[in-house]
Amino acid sequence: MADTATAKRTVKFIITRRERPDASPYTEEFDIPYRPNMNVISALMEIQRNPVKSDGTKTTPVVWESNCLEEVCGACSMVINGKPRQACSALIDKLEQPIRVEPMSTFPVVRDLVINRERMFQALKRVKAWIPIDGTYDLGPGPRMAETKRQWAYELSKCMTCGVCLEACPNVNDRSSFIGPAPISQVRLFNAHPTGEMNAHERLEALMTDGGIEGCGNSQNCVRSCPKGIPLTTSIAAINKDTTKHMFKRWLGM
Amino acid sequence: MSGNSYYPRKLHSLLGVIPLGLFILEHALTNYSAFEGGKEGFLDSVHGLHSLPLIFFLELFVIWLPILFHGVYGLYLAFTSDLNVGRFNYGRNWAFALQRITGVITFIFVIWHFWQTRMQVALGNTTYDDLGNHMHDIVTQPVYFIIYFIAVLAAVFHFANGLWAFLVSWGITVGPRAQRVSSRICMGIFVIVSVLFLLSLFAFRGDEFASASAAIDTLRLG
Repeated sequence: MADTATAKRTVKFIITRRERPDASPYTEEFDIPYRPNMNVISALMEIQRNPVKSDGTKTTPVVWESNCLEEVCGACSMVINGKPRQACSALIDKLEQPIRVEPMSTFPVVRDLVINRERMFQALKRVKAWIPIDGTYDLGPGPRMAETKRQWAYELSKCMTCGVCLEACPNVNDRSSFIGPAPISQVRLFNAHPTGEMNAHERLEALMTDGGIEGCGNSQNCVRSCPKGIPLTTSIAAINKDTTKHMFKRWLGM
Repeated sequence: MSGNSYYPRKLHSLLGVIPLGLFILEHALTNYSAFEGGKEGFLDSVHGLHSLPLIFFLELFVIWLPILFHGVYGLYLAFTSDLNVGRFNYGRNWAFALQRITGVITFIFVIWHFWQTRMQVALGNTTYDDLGNHMHDIVTQPVYFIIYFIAVLAAVFHFANGLWAFLVSWGITVGPRAQRVSSRICMGIFVIVSVLFLLSLFAFRGDEFASASAAIDTLRLG
């Protein structure tokens, strides 16, 4: 008896779709059989297996991206019930129904829920979010990092370039060139590293150009939205401090 | 916008506090003298200010040019921001949205207020001595009073919240605790400065400021 009751339970989804990047979006409704411990990804897999809408007509399977399924890769970012987040950690039992799923349209939408997050990777290149150690000979071990510093730097290293903070930011849009919160926090991470610190000025200068750190308007939506709980606004304020200092040092020729 | 927006944005942030923040405090105190010292108190404050040396250049470089840059660049900044408080109903996001809305209100109000007061002095339609009566004639009209009431709150909020954002943007308040404390202090400033302005608005409505213009009217009629 209990099994029959469970089998009849369905989960209602309203999914925003589009065929091509330039096509106009439309919504489709789905009633998906409920299973315990479902998440949004397993519901999308169910649609993939049986692409039938609520009204019983067939449709094309909904396209999405996902990899790790444990909230560390950042691939399955989408807007679920109005909030940008990872679909893999969005548990059906904890969501209000109908569950509305949309692509993060701050980014170019490729198809359905698939977005192009290339601007995030370009941003990491622009701010040189790496530590240059390559050379023609062995440079030997670098300076040691204080354990207390390592502990907060580790939190920043959890960034998975998922793009949720850019989607939440009111200053990341078509009219602004703001680089977004994530790369600013990465500058703080690599500038905190004892070897990375040797190139700190290059990263700060990258953020002191058009679309850099000045684009932040302090709405602080980023820190409220980050799935990894990264203290993004602390990073932004710390880099504000560093860029301000750097500006005066440059002016004074120090 | 092409080129480097880092320096104009930084200048925008700085000008909002120095000199414009200091100017709004001065303005609040001068107006408050109408509440505290009545007509004479207000006249003394006005005379005190206008007896400063190089007053024209002080007005030009400390008030007019900074307001022009801060206002025009601020309109551009407001234009480049989305308002998403519907999706992200958080206190700080509301402050972000209000900062832009009150900024636009304040800029429009300041142009109009400048035309109605300082410009009328320059055109010879009123004098510094008659400013109190001039304000009385304006704020006793209900529509103007309501506009002044709203605009004053908008301007003071924009200043107080802008001060909070200035502290973040220049890297003075970095951690969440520092930002929480500074936001409380800034909202305290908002309340205090608002009260100063509103009390002076009510003071200008008083009969004391009506007397001279009423007397002139009587003379004209006579």
